[in-house]
Amino acid sequence: MKILVAVKRVVDYSVKVRIKSDRTGMDLAGVKMSLNPFDEIAVEEALRLKEKGVCSEVLVVSIGDTAVQESLRAALALGADRAIHVKTELETQPLGVAKALKALVEKETPQLVVLGKQAIDDDFNQTGQMLSALLKWPQGTFISSLTIEGQEIQAVREVDGGLETLKMPLPAVLTTDLRLNQPRYASLPNIMKARQKPMEILTANMLGVDLTPHLQTLKVAEPPPRKPGLKVESVDALLDRLRHEAKVI
Amino acid sequence: MALLLIAEHDQEKLTPSTLATLTAAKQFSVPIHIVLIGHSCQKVAEEASRYEGVEKVWIMDHPSLLHPIAEEMTDTLLELAKGYGFVLAPSSTFGKNLLPRLAALLDVAQISDVIQIVDRQTFVRPIYAGNALATVLSQDDTKVMTIRSTAFDKAEKGSSKAPIEAPPFKPPSFPHATFVKIEKSSSKRPELTSASIVVSGGRGLQTKENFEMLETLADLLGAAIGASRAAVDAGFVPNDYQVGQTGKVVAPDLYIAIGISGAIQHLAGMQESKVIVALNKDPEAPIFQVADYGLVGDLFTILPELIEKLKMMKKADLTQK
Ligand SMILES: Cc1cc2nc3c(=O)[nH]c(=O)nc-3n(C[C@H](O)[C@H](O)[C@H](O)COP(=O)(O)OP(=O)(O)OC[C@H]3O[C@@H](n4cnc5c(N)ncnc54)[C@H](O)[C@@H]3O)c2cc1C
Ligand SMILES: Nc1ncnc2c1ncn2[C@@H]1O[C@H](COP(=O)(O)O)[C@@H](O)[C@H]1O
Repeated sequence: MKILVAVKRVVDYSVKVRIKSDRTGMDLAGVKMSLNPFDEIAVEEALRLKEKGVCSEVLVVSIGDTAVQESLRAALALGADRAIHVKTELETQPLGVAKALKALVEKETPQLVVLGKQAIDDDFNQTGQMLSALLKWPQGTFISSLTIEGQEIQAVREVDGGLETLKMPLPAVLTTDLRLNQPRYASLPNIMKARQKPMEILTANMLGVDLTPHLQTLKVAEPPPRKPGLKVESVDALLDRLRHEAKVI
Repeated sequence: MALLLIAEHDQEKLTPSTLATLTAAKQFSVPIHIVLIGHSCQKVAEEASRYEGVEKVWIMDHPSLLHPIAEEMTDTLLELAKGYGFVLAPSSTFGKNLLPRLAALLDVAQISDVIQIVDRQTFVRPIYAGNALATVLSQDDTKVMTIRSTAFDKAEKGSSKAPIEAPPFKPPSFPHATFVKIEKSSSKRPELTSASIVVSGGRGLQTKENFEMLETLADLLGAAIGASRAAVDAGFVPNDYQVGQTGKVVAPDLYIAIGISGAIQHLAGMQESKVIVALNKDPEAPIFQVADYGLVGDLFTILPELIEKLKMMKKADLTQK
Protein backbone atom coordinates (compact mmCIF):
# COMPACT_ATOMS: atom_id res chain seq x y z
CA MET A 1 0.00 0.00 0.00
CA LYS A 2 0.91 3.61 -0.38
CA ILE A 3 1.15 6.13 2.48
CA LEU A 4 0.66 9.84 1.93
CA VAL A 5 2.36 12.15 4.41
CA ALA A 6 1.53 15.87 4.54
CA VAL A 7 4.43 18.11 5.51
CA LYS A 8 4.52 21.82 6.21
CA ARG A 9 7.50 24.14 6.12
CA VAL A 10 7.56 26.21 9.30
CA VAL A 11 9.89 28.39 11.33
CA ASP A 12 12.35 26.17 13.17
CA TYR A 13 11.14 25.42 16.70
CA SER A 14 14.27 26.90 18.26
CA VAL A 15 13.81 30.36 16.72
CA LYS A 16 12.17 33.09 18.73
CA VAL A 17 10.19 34.85 16.02
CA ARG A 18 9.45 38.54 16.12
CA ILE A 19 6.50 40.54 14.97
CA LYS A 20 6.85 42.78 11.92
CA SER A 21 7.05 46.45 12.80
CA ASP A 22 3.76 47.14 10.98
CA ARG A 23 2.15 44.35 13.06
CA THR A 24 0.65 42.60 10.03
CA GLY A 25 2.41 39.32 10.69
CA MET A 26 5.62 37.67 11.79
CA ASP A 27 9.00 38.77 10.51
CA LEU A 28 10.26 35.66 8.73
CA ALA A 29 13.03 37.29 6.70
CA GLY A 30 16.25 35.30 7.05
CA VAL A 31 14.77 33.07 9.75
CA LYS A 32 15.71 29.38 9.85
CA MET A 33 12.90 27.22 8.44
CA SER A 34 12.43 23.48 8.99
CA LEU A 35 10.01 20.64 8.52
CA ASN A 36 7.24 20.95 11.11
CA PRO A 37 8.48 18.65 13.94
CA PHE A 38 5.21 16.68 14.03
CA ASP A 39 5.54 16.09 10.28
CA GLU A 40 9.05 14.75 10.74
CA ILE A 41 7.50 12.25 13.13
CA ALA A 42 4.83 11.47 10.50
CA VAL A 43 7.49 10.83 7.84
CA GLU A 44 9.46 8.67 10.27
CA GLU A 45 6.39 6.54 11.05
CA ALA A 46 5.68 6.02 7.37
CA LEU A 47 9.30 5.01 6.75
CA ARG A 48 9.15 2.51 9.60
CA LEU A 49 5.98 1.00 8.14
CA LYS A 50 7.79 0.68 4.84
CA GLU A 51 10.77 -0.96 6.51
CA LYS A 52 8.40 -3.43 8.19
CA GLY A 53 6.92 -4.24 4.80
CA VAL A 54 3.49 -2.82 5.65
CA CYS A 55 3.70 -0.27 2.86
CA SER A 56 5.52 -0.04 -0.42
CA GLU A 57 5.65 3.66 -1.15
CA VAL A 58 5.89 6.83 0.93
CA LEU A 59 4.57 9.89 -0.86
CA VAL A 60 5.16 13.32 0.71
CA VAL A 61 3.02 16.34 -0.10
CA SER A 62 3.34 20.00 0.71
CA ILE A 63 1.17 22.94 -0.22
CA GLY A 64 2.75 26.36 -0.44
CA ASP A 65 5.14 28.56 -2.38
CA THR A 66 8.28 27.33 -4.15
CA ALA A 67 10.23 27.31 -0.89
CA VAL A 68 8.29 24.27 0.37
CA GLN A 69 10.22 22.19 -2.17
CA GLU A 70 13.10 22.46 0.26
CA SER A 71 10.99 20.71 2.91
CA LEU A 72 9.94 18.08 0.40
CA ARG A 73 13.61 17.45 -0.43
CA ALA A 74 14.28 17.12 3.29
CA ALA A 75 11.54 14.49 3.54
CA LEU A 76 12.92 12.68 0.48
CA ALA A 77 16.36 12.75 2.09
CA LEU A 78 14.89 11.03 5.14
CA GLY A 79 13.73 8.24 2.84
CA ALA A 80 10.39 9.18 1.26
CA ASP A 81 10.06 7.90 -2.30
CA ARG A 82 8.29 10.66 -4.15
CA ALA A 83 6.98 14.18 -3.61
CA ILE A 84 4.12 16.35 -4.78
CA HIS A 85 4.25 20.10 -4.47
CA VAL A 86 0.89 21.89 -4.72
CA LYS A 87 2.01 25.34 -5.64
CA THR A 88 0.26 28.44 -4.34
CA GLU A 89 1.26 31.95 -3.35
CA LEU A 90 -1.65 32.11 -0.90
CA GLU A 91 -1.23 31.64 2.83
CA THR A 92 -2.33 28.05 3.51
CA GLN A 93 -5.03 27.34 6.10
CA PRO A 94 -6.33 23.96 7.32
CA LEU A 95 -9.59 23.88 5.33
CA GLY A 96 -7.88 24.59 2.01
CA VAL A 97 -5.07 22.17 2.79
CA ALA A 98 -7.57 19.45 3.73
CA LYS A 99 -9.41 19.96 0.44
CA ALA A 100 -6.18 19.77 -1.56
CA LEU A 101 -5.16 16.62 0.31
CA LYS A 102 -8.57 15.08 -0.37
CA ALA A 103 -8.14 15.72 -4.09
CA LEU A 104 -4.69 14.15 -3.95
CA VAL A 105 -6.00 11.13 -2.07
CA GLU A 106 -8.56 10.61 -4.82
CA LYS A 107 -5.83 10.88 -7.44
CA GLU A 108 -3.17 8.79 -5.69
CA THR A 109 -5.38 6.32 -3.72
CA PRO A 110 -3.14 5.86 -0.66
CA GLN A 111 -4.49 3.61 2.09
CA LEU A 112 -3.18 5.77 4.88
CA VAL A 113 -2.65 9.49 5.30
CA VAL A 114 -0.39 10.66 8.12
CA LEU A 115 -0.21 14.29 9.23
CA GLY A 116 1.26 16.12 12.19
CA LYS A 117 -1.20 16.92 14.94
CA GLN A 118 -0.35 20.59 14.73
CA ALA A 119 1.73 23.02 12.73
CA ILE A 120 3.90 24.90 15.21
CA ASP A 121 3.45 28.23 13.44
CA ASP A 122 -0.33 28.64 13.29
CA ASP A 123 -0.95 26.11 16.10
CA PHE A 124 -4.31 25.22 14.54
CA ASN A 125 -4.48 21.45 15.11
CA GLN A 126 -7.24 20.90 12.53
CA THR A 127 -6.09 19.62 9.15
CA GLY A 128 -6.12 15.85 9.83
CA GLN A 129 -9.57 15.96 11.43
CA MET A 130 -10.91 18.02 8.50
CA LEU A 131 -9.43 15.61 5.98
CA SER A 132 -10.94 12.61 7.78
CA ALA A 133 -14.39 14.26 7.75
CA LEU A 134 -14.16 15.19 4.06
CA LEU A 135 -12.96 11.73 3.03
CA LYS A 136 -15.35 9.91 5.40
CA TRP A 137 -12.40 7.86 6.60
CA PRO A 138 -11.78 6.91 10.24
CA GLN A 139 -9.45 9.18 12.20
CA GLY A 140 -6.86 8.57 14.87
CA THR A 141 -5.52 11.86 16.18
CA PHE A 142 -2.59 12.68 18.50
CA ILE A 143 -1.27 9.14 18.34
CA SER A 144 1.69 7.91 20.36
CA SER A 145 1.70 4.30 19.21
CA LEU A 146 0.59 2.50 16.08
CA THR A 147 0.27 -1.09 14.92
CA ILE A 148 -1.16 -2.25 11.63
CA GLU A 149 -2.14 -5.87 11.10
CA GLY A 150 -3.79 -6.80 7.85
CA GLN A 151 -6.51 -4.24 7.25
CA GLU A 152 -6.75 -3.17 10.89
CA ILE A 153 -5.07 -0.32 12.71
CA GLN A 154 -4.63 -0.10 16.43
CA ALA A 155 -3.68 3.37 17.61
CA VAL A 156 -3.01 4.79 21.05
CA ARG A 157 -3.96 8.45 21.45
CA GLU A 158 -2.68 11.01 23.92
CA VAL A 159 -5.82 12.54 25.41
CA ASP A 160 -6.43 14.82 28.38
CA GLY A 161 -7.29 11.96 30.70
CA GLY A 162 -4.47 9.59 29.74
CA LEU A 163 -4.08 7.16 26.85
CA GLU A 164 -6.97 6.03 24.67
CA THR A 165 -6.73 3.00 22.39
CA LEU A 166 -8.81 2.84 19.20
CA LYS A 167 -9.02 0.35 16.42
CA MET A 168 -10.10 1.17 12.91
CA PRO A 169 -10.07 -0.28 9.42
CA LEU A 170 -7.90 1.01 6.56
CA PRO A 171 -8.02 3.41 4.81
CA ALA A 172 -7.61 5.97 7.59
CA VAL A 173 -6.22 9.34 8.59
CA LEU A 174 -3.75 9.58 11.47
CA THR A 175 -2.12 12.56 13.19
CA THR A 176 1.09 12.23 15.18
CA ASP A 177 1.96 13.26 18.70
CA LEU A 178 5.47 13.83 20.01
CA ARG A 179 6.05 10.43 21.52
CA LEU A 180 5.16 8.31 18.49
CA ASN A 181 8.81 7.93 17.52
CA GLN A 182 12.20 9.57 17.43
CA PRO A 183 12.84 10.77 13.86
CA ARG A 184 16.11 9.79 12.15
CA TYR A 185 18.61 12.16 10.61
CA ALA A 186 19.17 12.21 6.87
CA SER A 187 22.53 10.67 5.89
CA LEU A 188 24.74 12.38 3.35
CA PRO A 189 24.25 9.69 0.67
CA ASN A 190 20.51 9.95 1.16
CA ILE A 191 20.62 13.72 0.80
CA MET A 192 22.42 13.21 -2.52
CA LYS A 193 19.95 10.54 -3.61
CA ALA A 194 17.01 12.78 -2.71
CA ARG A 195 17.96 15.16 -5.51
CA GLN A 196 17.14 12.50 -8.08
CA LYS A 197 13.83 11.50 -6.61
CA PRO A 198 10.69 12.57 -8.49
CA MET A 199 8.87 15.75 -7.49
CA GLU A 200 5.65 16.57 -9.25
CA ILE A 201 4.36 20.14 -9.26
CA LEU A 202 0.62 20.77 -9.35
CA THR A 203 -1.62 23.74 -8.78
CA ALA A 204 -4.85 24.13 -6.84
CA ASN A 205 -6.56 24.72 -10.19
CA MET A 206 -5.38 21.40 -11.53
CA LEU A 207 -6.84 19.75 -8.42
CA GLY A 208 -10.02 21.79 -8.67
CA VAL A 209 -9.78 23.16 -5.14
CA ASP A 210 -10.06 26.64 -3.73
CA LEU A 211 -7.25 27.57 -1.36
CA THR A 212 -8.47 31.07 -0.55
CA PRO A 213 -7.99 31.59 3.19
CA HIS A 214 -11.23 31.92 5.16
CA LEU A 215 -9.61 33.65 8.10
CA GLN A 216 -8.09 37.04 7.68
CA THR A 217 -5.42 38.22 10.11
CA LEU A 218 -6.13 41.83 11.01
CA LYS A 219 -3.06 42.27 13.19
CA VAL A 220 -0.61 40.48 15.42
CA ALA A 221 0.59 41.77 18.76
CA GLU A 222 3.04 40.78 21.46
CA PRO A 223 1.42 39.14 24.45
CA PRO A 224 1.25 41.56 27.41
CA PRO A 225 4.59 41.41 29.23
CA ARG A 226 4.76 39.99 32.74
CA LYS A 227 5.82 42.37 35.43
CA PRO A 228 9.49 41.87 36.28
CA GLY A 229 10.13 39.30 38.98
CA LEU A 230 12.87 39.04 41.58
CA LYS A 231 15.30 36.46 42.81
CA VAL A 232 14.98 35.43 46.43
CA GLU A 233 17.94 34.26 48.50
CA SER A 234 16.48 31.41 50.50
CA VAL A 235 13.58 29.05 50.99
CA ASP A 236 12.49 31.14 53.99
CA ALA A 237 12.41 34.30 51.90
CA LEU A 238 10.44 32.49 49.21
CA LEU A 239 7.82 31.16 51.62
CA ASP A 240 7.54 34.55 53.27
CA ARG A 241 6.93 36.27 49.92
CA LEU A 242 4.42 33.64 48.82
CA ARG A 243 2.48 33.97 52.04
CA HIS A 244 2.61 37.70 52.78
CA GLU A 245 3.19 39.37 49.43
CA ALA A 246 1.57 37.14 46.81
CA LYS A 247 -0.83 35.59 49.34
CA VAL A 248 -1.02 32.31 47.41
CA ILE A 249 -0.16 29.78 50.14
CA MET B 1 -28.55 33.38 15.20
CA ALA B 2 -28.26 31.14 18.25
CA LEU B 3 -25.09 29.55 19.58
CA LEU B 4 -24.45 25.83 19.98
CA LEU B 5 -22.00 24.81 22.69
CA ILE B 6 -20.70 21.26 22.48
CA ALA B 7 -20.20 20.23 26.09
CA GLU B 8 -17.62 17.89 27.51
CA HIS B 9 -18.40 15.96 30.68
CA ASP B 10 -17.17 13.02 32.73
CA GLN B 11 -20.59 11.30 33.17
CA GLU B 12 -20.98 13.16 36.47
CA LYS B 13 -20.65 16.82 35.59
CA LEU B 14 -19.56 19.30 32.97
CA THR B 15 -15.80 19.81 32.77
CA PRO B 16 -14.30 23.10 34.00
CA SER B 17 -13.24 23.91 30.43
CA THR B 18 -16.87 23.57 29.31
CA LEU B 19 -17.90 26.09 31.95
CA ALA B 20 -15.21 28.48 30.71
CA THR B 21 -16.52 27.97 27.17
CA LEU B 22 -19.97 28.90 28.42
CA THR B 23 -18.64 32.19 29.78
CA ALA B 24 -17.10 32.89 26.37
CA ALA B 25 -20.41 31.96 24.73
CA LYS B 26 -22.30 34.54 26.77
CA GLN B 27 -20.21 37.31 25.24
CA PHE B 28 -22.01 36.78 21.92
CA SER B 29 -25.30 37.92 23.51
CA VAL B 30 -27.33 35.37 21.56
CA PRO B 31 -29.41 32.42 22.85
CA ILE B 32 -27.17 29.57 23.98
CA HIS B 33 -28.03 25.92 23.40
CA ILE B 34 -25.85 23.21 24.88
CA VAL B 35 -25.45 19.78 23.32
CA LEU B 36 -24.39 16.92 25.51
CA ILE B 37 -23.15 13.63 24.12
CA GLY B 38 -22.90 10.34 25.96
CA HIS B 39 -24.86 7.53 27.49
CA SER B 40 -26.90 7.69 30.69
CA CYS B 41 -25.89 11.28 31.14
CA GLN B 42 -29.33 12.67 31.98
CA LYS B 43 -27.93 13.97 35.26
CA VAL B 44 -25.37 16.10 33.45
CA ALA B 45 -28.07 17.38 31.10
CA GLU B 46 -30.04 18.51 34.17
CA GLU B 47 -26.95 20.29 35.41
CA ALA B 48 -26.38 21.98 32.04
CA SER B 49 -29.96 23.20 31.99
CA ARG B 50 -29.40 25.22 35.15
CA TYR B 51 -26.70 27.59 33.96
CA GLU B 52 -27.64 31.16 33.37
CA GLY B 53 -28.06 32.08 29.72
CA VAL B 54 -28.71 28.50 28.58
CA GLU B 55 -32.01 28.33 26.72
CA LYS B 56 -32.02 24.72 25.59
CA VAL B 57 -30.12 21.51 26.21
CA TRP B 58 -29.84 18.87 23.51
CA ILE B 59 -29.03 15.43 24.79
CA MET B 60 -27.50 12.92 22.41
CA ASP B 61 -27.82 9.74 24.42
CA HIS B 62 -26.95 6.41 22.84
CA PRO B 63 -25.19 3.27 24.12
CA SER B 64 -22.52 3.65 21.42
CA LEU B 65 -21.69 7.09 22.78
CA LEU B 66 -20.48 6.00 26.19
CA HIS B 67 -16.93 6.52 24.90
CA PRO B 68 -17.81 8.79 22.01
CA ILE B 69 -15.76 8.52 18.84
CA ALA B 70 -15.53 11.70 16.78
CA GLU B 71 -16.88 10.00 13.64
CA GLU B 72 -19.93 8.71 15.52
CA MET B 73 -20.91 12.17 16.70
CA THR B 74 -20.27 14.00 13.47
CA ASP B 75 -23.46 13.42 11.46
CA THR B 76 -25.88 14.21 14.27
CA LEU B 77 -23.92 17.28 15.31
CA LEU B 78 -23.64 18.44 11.72
CA GLU B 79 -27.42 18.35 11.27
CA LEU B 80 -27.82 20.23 14.52
CA ALA B 81 -25.07 22.77 13.83
CA LYS B 82 -26.65 23.80 10.53
CA GLY B 83 -29.23 25.83 12.45
CA TYR B 84 -26.71 27.89 14.39
CA GLY B 85 -24.59 30.98 13.75
CA PHE B 86 -21.91 29.99 16.27
CA VAL B 87 -20.57 26.60 17.29
CA LEU B 88 -18.22 26.47 20.27
CA ALA B 89 -16.34 23.71 22.08
CA PRO B 90 -13.62 23.73 24.71
CA SER B 91 -10.08 23.54 23.41
CA SER B 92 -9.45 20.21 25.13
CA THR B 93 -8.39 17.05 23.30
CA PHE B 94 -12.14 16.31 23.06
CA GLY B 95 -12.91 19.60 21.31
CA LYS B 96 -9.77 19.55 19.16
CA ASN B 97 -10.56 16.05 17.96
CA LEU B 98 -14.16 16.75 17.05
CA LEU B 99 -14.75 20.35 16.05
CA PRO B 100 -12.58 20.63 12.91
CA ARG B 101 -14.72 17.85 11.41
CA LEU B 102 -17.85 19.95 11.73
CA ALA B 103 -16.08 23.05 10.40
CA ALA B 104 -14.88 21.14 7.32
CA LEU B 105 -18.34 19.73 6.59
CA LEU B 106 -19.90 23.17 7.05
CA ASP B 107 -17.19 24.43 4.68
CA VAL B 108 -16.00 27.05 7.15
CA ALA B 109 -12.74 27.78 8.92
CA GLN B 110 -12.27 26.86 12.54
CA ILE B 111 -10.76 29.39 14.89
CA SER B 112 -8.68 27.43 17.41
CA ASP B 113 -7.89 28.45 20.99
CA VAL B 114 -9.82 31.70 21.15
CA ILE B 115 -8.71 33.80 24.12
CA GLN B 116 -10.73 36.93 23.40
CA ILE B 117 -13.96 37.71 21.58
CA VAL B 118 -13.61 41.19 20.12
CA ASP B 119 -16.97 41.12 18.35
CA ARG B 120 -19.14 38.50 16.65
CA GLN B 121 -16.65 37.99 13.85
CA THR B 122 -13.33 39.09 15.33
CA PHE B 123 -11.31 36.94 17.70
CA VAL B 124 -7.89 36.84 19.32
CA ARG B 125 -5.83 33.65 19.42
CA PRO B 126 -2.20 32.82 20.22
CA ILE B 127 0.11 31.69 17.42
CA TYR B 128 3.79 30.64 17.34
CA ALA B 129 3.66 29.04 20.80
CA GLY B 130 2.15 32.17 22.27
CA ASN B 131 4.93 34.40 20.93
CA ALA B 132 2.23 36.49 19.27
CA LEU B 133 -1.49 37.09 19.58
CA ALA B 134 -3.31 37.24 16.26
CA THR B 135 -6.56 39.13 15.79
CA VAL B 136 -8.50 37.26 13.11
CA LEU B 137 -11.64 38.07 11.17
CA SER B 138 -14.03 35.35 10.03
CA GLN B 139 -16.71 36.13 7.49
CA ASP B 140 -17.95 32.55 7.31
CA ASP B 141 -21.68 32.07 7.85
CA THR B 142 -21.10 29.86 10.85
CA LYS B 143 -18.35 30.77 13.29
CA VAL B 144 -16.82 27.55 14.57
CA MET B 145 -14.27 27.88 17.36
CA THR B 146 -12.57 26.21 20.29
CA ILE B 147 -12.18 28.23 23.47
CA ARG B 148 -9.03 28.26 25.58
CA SER B 149 -10.38 27.73 29.06
CA THR B 150 -7.67 29.64 30.92
CA ALA B 151 -8.82 32.89 29.32
CA PHE B 152 -12.38 32.78 30.71
CA ASP B 153 -13.86 32.32 34.19
CA LYS B 154 -16.09 29.37 34.87
CA ALA B 155 -19.80 30.07 34.45
CA GLU B 156 -22.05 29.97 37.51
CA LYS B 157 -25.38 28.24 37.85
CA GLY B 158 -28.44 30.47 37.70
CA SER B 159 -32.02 30.03 38.84
CA SER B 160 -33.53 29.11 35.47
CA LYS B 161 -34.10 25.68 34.03
CA ALA B 162 -33.88 25.19 30.29
CA PRO B 163 -35.85 22.50 28.44
CA ILE B 164 -34.03 19.29 27.51
CA GLU B 165 -34.63 17.70 24.11
CA ALA B 166 -33.12 14.86 22.13
CA PRO B 167 -32.02 15.39 18.53
CA PRO B 168 -32.51 12.36 16.26
CA PHE B 169 -29.30 10.29 16.43
CA LYS B 170 -27.71 9.52 13.08
CA PRO B 171 -25.10 6.79 13.37
CA PRO B 172 -22.23 7.15 10.93
CA SER B 173 -22.85 5.70 7.51
CA PHE B 174 -19.16 5.04 6.81
CA PRO B 175 -16.35 3.03 8.43
CA HIS B 176 -15.14 4.57 11.68
CA ALA B 177 -12.87 3.93 14.62
CA THR B 178 -14.07 1.99 17.63
CA PHE B 179 -13.13 2.44 21.24
CA VAL B 180 -10.92 -0.25 22.76
CA LYS B 181 -9.87 1.13 26.15
CA ILE B 182 -8.69 4.11 28.08
CA GLU B 183 -5.82 4.05 30.54
CA LYS B 184 -6.57 6.87 32.90
CA SER B 185 -3.69 8.22 34.87
CA SER B 186 -5.49 7.99 38.17
CA SER B 187 -4.92 10.84 40.54
CA LYS B 188 -6.67 12.04 43.64
CA ARG B 189 -5.28 15.48 42.97
CA PRO B 190 -7.10 18.44 41.46
CA GLU B 191 -7.40 18.40 37.69
CA LEU B 192 -4.35 20.04 36.10
CA THR B 193 -6.04 22.65 33.93
CA SER B 194 -8.33 23.92 36.67
CA ALA B 195 -6.16 23.55 39.79
CA SER B 196 -5.33 26.71 41.70
CA ILE B 197 -1.78 25.55 42.40
CA VAL B 198 0.41 23.54 40.01
CA VAL B 199 3.78 22.04 40.86
CA SER B 200 5.70 21.11 37.71
CA GLY B 201 8.92 19.22 37.27
CA GLY B 202 11.41 18.95 34.43
CA ARG B 203 14.46 17.05 33.33
CA GLY B 204 16.36 18.55 36.28
CA LEU B 205 14.71 15.97 38.54
CA GLN B 206 16.74 13.27 36.76
CA THR B 207 14.69 10.18 37.73
CA LYS B 208 11.16 9.00 38.29
CA GLU B 209 11.99 8.37 41.95
CA ASN B 210 13.20 11.95 42.41
CA PHE B 211 10.11 13.22 40.64
CA GLU B 212 8.09 11.64 43.45
CA MET B 213 9.37 14.37 45.77
CA LEU B 214 6.95 16.62 43.92
CA GLU B 215 4.09 14.45 45.16
CA THR B 216 4.88 15.38 48.76
CA LEU B 217 5.09 19.03 47.83
CA ALA B 218 1.84 18.87 45.88
CA ASP B 219 0.09 17.11 48.77
CA LEU B 220 1.13 19.88 51.15
CA LEU B 221 -0.13 22.56 48.80
CA GLY B 222 -3.24 20.79 47.54
CA ALA B 223 -1.72 21.18 44.10
CA ALA B 224 -1.93 19.38 40.77
CA ILE B 225 1.26 18.04 39.19
CA GLY B 226 2.52 19.06 35.77
CA ALA B 227 5.68 18.41 33.80
CA SER B 228 7.81 19.54 30.92
CA ARG B 229 7.97 17.51 27.75
CA ALA B 230 11.45 16.31 28.70
CA ALA B 231 10.08 14.86 31.96
CA VAL B 232 7.29 13.07 30.10
CA ASP B 233 9.61 11.78 27.39
CA ALA B 234 11.93 10.44 30.09
CA GLY B 235 9.00 8.50 31.54
CA PHE B 236 8.90 10.31 34.92
CA VAL B 237 5.17 10.95 34.50
CA PRO B 238 2.33 10.11 32.06
CA ASN B 239 1.73 12.12 28.88
CA ASP B 240 -1.26 14.02 30.21
CA TYR B 241 0.97 15.85 32.70
CA GLN B 242 2.68 17.78 29.88
CA VAL B 243 2.24 21.53 30.06
CA GLY B 244 2.99 23.60 26.99
CA GLN B 245 2.36 24.51 23.38
CA THR B 246 1.48 20.96 22.49
CA GLY B 247 0.30 19.79 25.91
CA LYS B 248 -2.04 21.39 28.40
CA VAL B 249 -2.44 25.08 29.01
CA VAL B 250 -2.71 26.08 32.65
CA ALA B 251 -3.11 29.39 34.45
CA PRO B 252 -3.25 28.68 38.18
CA ASP B 253 -2.84 31.23 40.98
CA LEU B 254 0.55 29.67 41.68
CA TYR B 255 2.82 27.72 39.31
CA ILE B 256 6.03 26.27 40.70
CA ALA B 257 8.54 25.16 38.03
CA ILE B 258 11.25 22.88 39.38
CA GLY B 259 14.21 21.91 37.24
CA ILE B 260 12.54 23.28 34.11
CA SER B 261 14.62 25.47 31.79
CA GLY B 262 11.68 27.43 30.37
CA ALA B 263 11.75 26.64 26.64
CA ILE B 264 9.25 28.73 24.68
CA GLN B 265 7.13 25.60 24.12
CA HIS B 266 6.83 25.17 27.88
CA LEU B 267 6.17 28.85 28.58
CA ALA B 268 3.30 28.73 26.07
CA GLY B 269 1.42 26.51 28.50
CA MET B 270 1.95 28.38 31.77
CA GLN B 271 2.89 32.00 31.25
CA GLU B 272 -0.62 33.21 32.08
CA SER B 273 -0.30 31.87 35.64
CA LYS B 274 -0.85 34.57 38.26
CA VAL B 275 2.31 33.89 40.28
CA ILE B 276 5.22 31.90 38.89
CA VAL B 277 8.00 30.46 41.05
CA ALA B 278 11.11 28.94 39.47
CA LEU B 279 13.70 26.73 41.14
CA ASN B 280 16.72 26.15 38.95
CA LYS B 281 20.46 25.85 39.46
CA ASP B 282 21.21 27.86 36.33
CA PRO B 283 20.75 31.60 37.01
CA GLU B 284 20.51 32.20 33.26
CA ALA B 285 17.66 29.72 32.68
CA PRO B 286 14.93 31.44 30.61
CA ILE B 287 12.29 30.37 33.14
CA PHE B 288 13.55 33.20 35.36
CA GLN B 289 12.41 35.72 32.76
CA VAL B 290 8.78 34.89 33.50
CA ALA B 291 9.17 34.01 37.20
CA ASP B 292 7.82 36.37 39.84
CA TYR B 293 10.06 34.67 42.39
CA GLY B 294 13.18 32.83 41.37
CA LEU B 295 15.40 30.77 43.61
CA VAL B 296 18.76 29.75 42.19
CA GLY B 297 20.23 26.58 43.60
CA ASP B 298 20.35 22.81 43.59
CA LEU B 299 16.85 21.41 43.76
CA PHE B 300 18.10 18.39 45.66
CA THR B 301 18.85 20.63 48.63
CA ILE B 302 16.10 23.23 48.05
CA LEU B 303 13.22 20.82 47.60
CA PRO B 304 13.67 18.87 50.88
CA GLU B 305 14.07 22.16 52.75
CA LEU B 306 10.97 23.59 51.09
CA ILE B 307 8.97 20.50 52.01
CA GLU B 308 10.16 20.56 55.64
CA LYS B 309 9.43 24.25 56.08
CA LEU B 310 6.03 23.98 54.48
CA LYS B 311 5.20 21.16 56.88
CA MET B 312 6.21 23.36 59.79
CA MET B 313 4.16 26.20 58.39
CA LYS B 314 1.08 23.97 58.08
CA LYS B 315 1.57 22.71 61.64
CA ALA B 316 1.82 26.24 62.94
CA ASP B 317 -1.33 27.19 61.01
CA LEU B 318 -3.20 24.33 62.67
CA THR B 319 -2.13 25.16 66.21
CA GLN B 320 -3.07 28.79 65.65
CA LYS B 321 -6.63 27.88 64.70
C1 LIG C 1 7.27 20.47 18.43
C2 LIG C 1 7.69 20.62 19.86
C3 LIG C 1 6.72 20.74 20.81
C4 LIG C 1 7.07 20.86 22.15
N1 LIG C 1 6.08 20.97 23.07
C5 LIG C 1 6.43 21.10 24.38
C6 LIG C 1 5.44 21.24 25.39
O1 LIG C 1 4.23 21.25 25.11
N2 LIG C 1 5.84 21.37 26.67
C7 LIG C 1 7.16 21.37 27.04
O2 LIG C 1 7.47 21.48 28.23
N3 LIG C 1 8.11 21.24 26.10
C8 LIG C 1 7.78 21.10 24.79
N4 LIG C 1 8.77 20.93 23.88
C9 LIG C 1 10.15 20.73 24.34
C10 LIG C 1 10.89 22.00 24.71
O3 LIG C 1 11.46 22.57 23.54
C11 LIG C 1 12.01 21.67 25.71
O4 LIG C 1 12.88 20.72 25.15
C12 LIG C 1 11.51 21.13 27.05
O5 LIG C 1 10.50 21.97 27.56
C13 LIG C 1 12.66 21.06 28.03
O6 LIG C 1 12.25 20.44 29.22
P1 LIG C 1 13.03 20.75 30.57
O7 LIG C 1 12.99 22.21 30.86
O8 LIG C 1 12.50 19.84 31.61
O9 LIG C 1 14.50 20.23 30.26
P2 LIG C 1 15.85 21.04 30.05
O10 LIG C 1 15.70 22.07 29.03
O11 LIG C 1 16.91 20.02 29.90
O12 LIG C 1 16.03 21.80 31.42
C14 LIG C 1 16.34 21.19 32.64
C15 LIG C 1 16.59 22.33 33.64
O13 LIG C 1 16.83 21.78 34.92
C16 LIG C 1 17.86 22.50 35.55
N5 LIG C 1 18.51 21.62 36.51
C17 LIG C 1 19.21 20.48 36.25
N6 LIG C 1 19.65 19.93 37.41
C18 LIG C 1 19.20 20.74 38.42
C19 LIG C 1 19.34 20.71 39.83
N7 LIG C 1 20.00 19.71 40.45
N8 LIG C 1 18.78 21.69 40.54
C20 LIG C 1 18.10 22.70 39.93
N9 LIG C 1 17.94 22.77 38.61
C21 LIG C 1 18.49 21.80 37.86
C22 LIG C 1 18.78 22.91 34.43
O14 LIG C 1 19.53 24.09 34.79
C23 LIG C 1 17.81 23.18 33.28
O15 LIG C 1 17.43 24.54 33.25
C24 LIG C 1 8.44 20.85 22.52
C25 LIG C 1 9.42 20.76 21.55
C26 LIG C 1 9.05 20.65 20.22
C27 LIG C 1 10.11 20.54 19.19
N1 LIG D 1 0.57 23.81 3.78
C1 LIG D 1 0.59 22.52 4.15
N2 LIG D 1 1.11 21.58 3.35
C2 LIG D 1 1.14 20.29 3.72
N3 LIG D 1 0.67 19.84 4.89
C3 LIG D 1 0.14 20.73 5.75
C4 LIG D 1 0.07 22.11 5.42
N4 LIG D 1 -0.53 22.74 6.47
C5 LIG D 1 -0.80 21.79 7.40
N5 LIG D 1 -0.40 20.58 6.96
C6 LIG D 1 -0.51 19.29 7.68
O1 LIG D 1 -1.50 19.38 8.68
C7 LIG D 1 -0.92 19.21 9.98
C8 LIG D 1 -1.66 20.03 11.00
O2 LIG D 1 -1.60 21.41 10.68
P1 LIG D 1 -2.56 22.49 11.35
O3 LIG D 1 -3.94 21.95 11.27
O4 LIG D 1 -2.35 23.73 10.53
O5 LIG D 1 -2.08 22.67 12.76
C9 LIG D 1 0.54 19.52 9.79
O6 LIG D 1 1.32 18.91 10.79
C10 LIG D 1 0.78 18.94 8.40
O7 LIG D 1 0.91 17.54 8.45
